Amino acid sequence: MAVKFLSEEWIKALMQELNESEAYREAARDWEGDFYFIVEPEGNIKEKVIYYMDLWHGECRSACVITDEKEKNPAFRISAPLSKWRRVIEKKLDPIQGMVTRQLKLQGNLMKIMKAPKAAMELVNCCTLVPTEFPE
Amino acid sequence: MWYFISPEIVYGEDALSRLDDLDGKRVLIVSDKQIAGIGFTDRVIEHLSQAGIDYQVYDEVEAEPSIETVKKGAEAARTYEPDWIIGLGGGSVMDAAKAIWVLYERPDIEPAEINPFSPLGLRKKARLIAIPTTSGTGSDCTWGIVLTDTSENRKLALGCREAHADIAIVDPLFVTGMPPQLTADTGMDALTHAIEGYTSNWKNDFCDGLCLKAIQLVFQYLPRAYNDGKDEEAREKMHNAASIAGLGFGNSMAGLAHSTGHSLGAVFHIPHGRTVGLFLPYTIEFTAVVAADYYAEIAHLLKLEHMEAEQTAFSLAQAVRQLARSINQPLTIKDMGISRNNFDNSLPKLVSNADTDTQTVTSARIPTAEEFEKLFRYAYDGKTVDF
Repeated sequence: MAVKFLSEEWIKALMQELNESEAYREAARDWEGDFYFIVEPEGNIKEKVIYYMDLWHGECRSACVITDEKEKNPAFRISAPLSKWRRVIEKKLDPIQGMVTRQLKLQGNLMKIMKAPKAAMELVNCCTLVPTEFPE
Repeated sequence: MWYFISPEIVYGEDALSRLDDLDGKRVLIVSDKQIAGIGFTDRVIEHLSQAGIDYQVYDEVEAEPSIETVKKGAEAARTYEPDWIIGLGGGSVMDAAKAIWVLYERPDIEPAEINPFSPLGLRKKARLIAIPTTSGTGSDCTWGIVLTDTSENRKLALGCREAHADIAIVDPLFVTGMPPQLTADTGMDALTHAIEGYTSNWKNDFCDGLCLKAIQLVFQYLPRAYNDGKDEEAREKMHNAASIAGLGFGNSMAGLAHSTGHSLGAVFHIPHGRTVGLFLPYTIEFTAVVAADYYAEIAHLLKLEHMEAEQTAFSLAQAVRQLARSINQPLTIKDMGISRNNFDNSLPKLVSNADTDTQTVTSARIPTAEEFEKLFRYAYDGKTVDF
């Protein structure tokens, strides 16, 4: 059954996929750093939605929706409107290419990201495994 | 959404005279001692003098330039305050010139921070001219910058869409006297750019034709340029091929021959073109299972057809080996004089470097760490990839 994107269930489902993925575990085995994935307002989405993920050595230690952006201070923030996130999740937009063209805006230690491109790719692969229902 | 980035390209005989009408006051020429020694810097200076432009030379760039070297060059630029920077040399020099230019414009950042995700706001103080003196790197037509982090024995594949030359001067004058080994190394580099640019995950309509043309030119003219350095037609065609391949792969990215080649080159200090050229047939075989049709298109161009597309990819790999053999390039890591013991001890570092290289993710097929290890082992022994 499809899980609604922007919901708490969706990020929990992604967390489960990540923790079950051998490919992600291997690709991100040296990764240390947490993220905000920020969905910016667009169309019927009137307020930003912030997903938080704590990624640590190939494991997702926690994942949740954040209501106050100041609640945490993650190492990385990637933000984009829903339409761009949808293209990433549906594997129509390569996330690295999305960042290079600044369709996805990245804040944080960029060098660290550049050294972990495979981890980013496997993370997206896991996103595609979550049966997702996108808001209209 | 994607971009196609290109400098103004001035090519062919007498292209260097583009400098005669350059508008500017001061030029910093970034080069190396060898280029100065064979009089190439003087040729550039002649044209700058004609244009009434002052110049200063920074010729301390080494092969596989380090972060320290480009920082020192940026300091020289800050002192001299040029409005043009000219990179005159092979890939190392042109990459160093790009990095020096970026750091001159942006003294607030470290070289390792040059990345494609953040705008740099270049061209406030100077613009860049790239003049290649080898036929392979294509750096004159790309926005990539490869530097060496000597503390980590690792190459840093950096870049930013703004960090491309404003003018590329592709004059065959500079390559007529290239020694055979350098001709071979750089020629294989151009071929690797073109084949990987045509088959990478980011391949696109704007680059495909460029990559195919470059492949055709390299197969036709590299053996001639290698066997007779005075063959002017072959020299010019190879010089064009390198820049065309640069333009192609620079806008579509490279792949596994680059990530494995970067890794081997950084650990054993082997020239870039030789390492990427060595890995090319192995990585074609590895990616054949997912990019068979693209390889078949290349093979069709080269008249190497087989019934099955995947089989055609293996024919292409063999054709690349045959070309490499004809210009006395090594076909295995063992041929490079690296002992088994030394190789085995370095294998974890080789795998780790390749696994985290930025060119890995644009490959049509992305290896696991175990597959990388196998790729290195097969390339050491010269085995056809069968996994």
